[in-house]
Amino acid sequence: MSECVIPTLTSPEVVASKSILPEGWRADLANPKDLDLTLPVTELLRRTTSRLPQDVIDAIVKGRDAEEEGSRAFNTLNDMVRNINLADGQVTPLCQDTGSVIFWVRHPFGLSQRAAKAQIRAAVVEATKRSWLRPNCVESLSGKNSGTNMDPFHEHHPAIHFEEWDRPEIEISVMQKGGGCENVGAQYRLPDAALGAGRDIKGVRKCIIDAVVKAQGQGCSPGILGVAIGGDRVTGYEKSKELILRKLGTANADPKMDAFEKEVTQDLNTLGIGPMGYGGVTTALGVHIEEMYRHPASFYVSISYMCWSSRRGTVTFPASGQPSYDL
Amino acid sequence: MIRLTTPITEAQIRELKVGDEVLLNGRVVLSRDMGHKFMKEQKPEWLKPILENMVIYHCGPVVKKNADGTWSFVAAGPTTSIREEPYQADVIDTYKVRGVIGKGGMGKRTSEGLQKTGAVYLHATGGAGSLLAERVKRVVDVKMLEEFGSPEAFWIIEVEDFPLVVTMDSHGGSLHEIVAQQSQERAKALMG
Repeated sequence: MSECVIPTLTSPEVVASKSILPEGWRADLANPKDLDLTLPVTELLRRTTSRLPQDVIDAIVKGRDAEEEGSRAFNTLNDMVRNINLADGQVTPLCQDTGSVIFWVRHPFGLSQRAAKAQIRAAVVEATKRSWLRPNCVESLSGKNSGTNMDPFHEHHPAIHFEEWDRPEIEISVMQKGGGCENVGAQYRLPDAALGAGRDIKGVRKCIIDAVVKAQGQGCSPGILGVAIGGDRVTGYEKSKELILRKLGTANADPKMDAFEKEVTQDLNTLGIGPMGYGGVTTALGVHIEEMYRHPASFYVSISYMCWSSRRGTVTFPASGQPSYDL
Repeated sequence: MIRLTTPITEAQIRELKVGDEVLLNGRVVLSRDMGHKFMKEQKPEWLKPILENMVIYHCGPVVKKNADGTWSFVAAGPTTSIREEPYQADVIDTYKVRGVIGKGGMGKRTSEGLQKTGAVYLHATGGAGSLLAERVKRVVDVKMLEEFGSPEAFWIIEVEDFPLVVTMDSHGGSLHEIVAQQSQERAKALMG
């Protein structure tokens, strides 16, 4: 099982040929009342559940090639590549935990958020019926599974974040975030005496290292970290998740923070946790950090951990024409 | 590479050591959070013949119901095992389970349970949902599907050459403990 597997994602043409969108499907945003997002969003979910973004695949391959050939770390990363090829080729979920499904919708003036929400929810129900998503929405105390991924209170699952912007197109991003990696996220309140972490960049670094050591392999390492410095308990975590949407290998707009991200990633990869906690030099694929404003009394460091199977994708609807997928 | 077929004897288990690579064949029973709480608190008798000398798999699969009423597994990788730490040792003891498949490893209580009963913890690659579903040859039966929902039900499946690594053995060995200790020491050095 140790020969080097080459990632072979199917071509955009093949992906398009499997699309559930009827050929020539177009959106005309001038008449937002006639717009139905259900099918294009279902198609987005088909892609995100079975295909990893190229930057994530590249990072996994780079990690594998840094491990000693034939080691457990090498073989595990190699199996991950094998799984990526298989899921894409047969259009099956990369992971049985198809995650909590989180949407970010950015749209011009005129879109009904209420209608868009109903359509996105219908898309999630359809993707669940087609076994692209596992029913992952259960009543907390009884554990009763709704079976459809729908939260009957129309509030919390799927989570949909709307934002109106001044551009003419609609952009919908989705993340499928597994429960195992969600469980190892952490929020620190600085100063933290036990960690010896103060309200400065050194303190933030300690929080990140501590969170990754506590996570071990349980978040399905190698992980991708989103770290928000500041905000409040809600906005900090929200931002930390959004940061996982950023492409691996792209620079932070703040050069100082960019240098800090690279330094922390290197530090994490000396911890020896490795893929799935088996040991090795590939513990983190990337760390994305952003600073927010905060209340003078509070200093939170909010960390979201994303597993190696970082499933995210975006569909963009131009003012008029066919939607385009980045995956 | 060691080939094992369920049911497994205690003697076979006692021979396994941390680091051994195993290809598992035969029946495996899926159970996770709701199942483990249920087994520890209610100890249902009907599960005894299903679990004795068998292997439990911490997994909530993506399933598909076929036109003829049978089920298929579409994606079936392991879920994080540490959540079953409060229950696992009791479940192993009550039902004489010989192996537990999962990811991320388990703690001291489980390790003691493995030593006492004669069982091992077998690690599967997390996230490899499509790859591992390929090794599931047949869904034999499912219990408590209505009550627990599909991710939590007791699925009874047959696997072929299911690729695993022994990361906790029946002699107190644990790869997870070693990696955790080493990484904690390194973290201390990094934090100065």
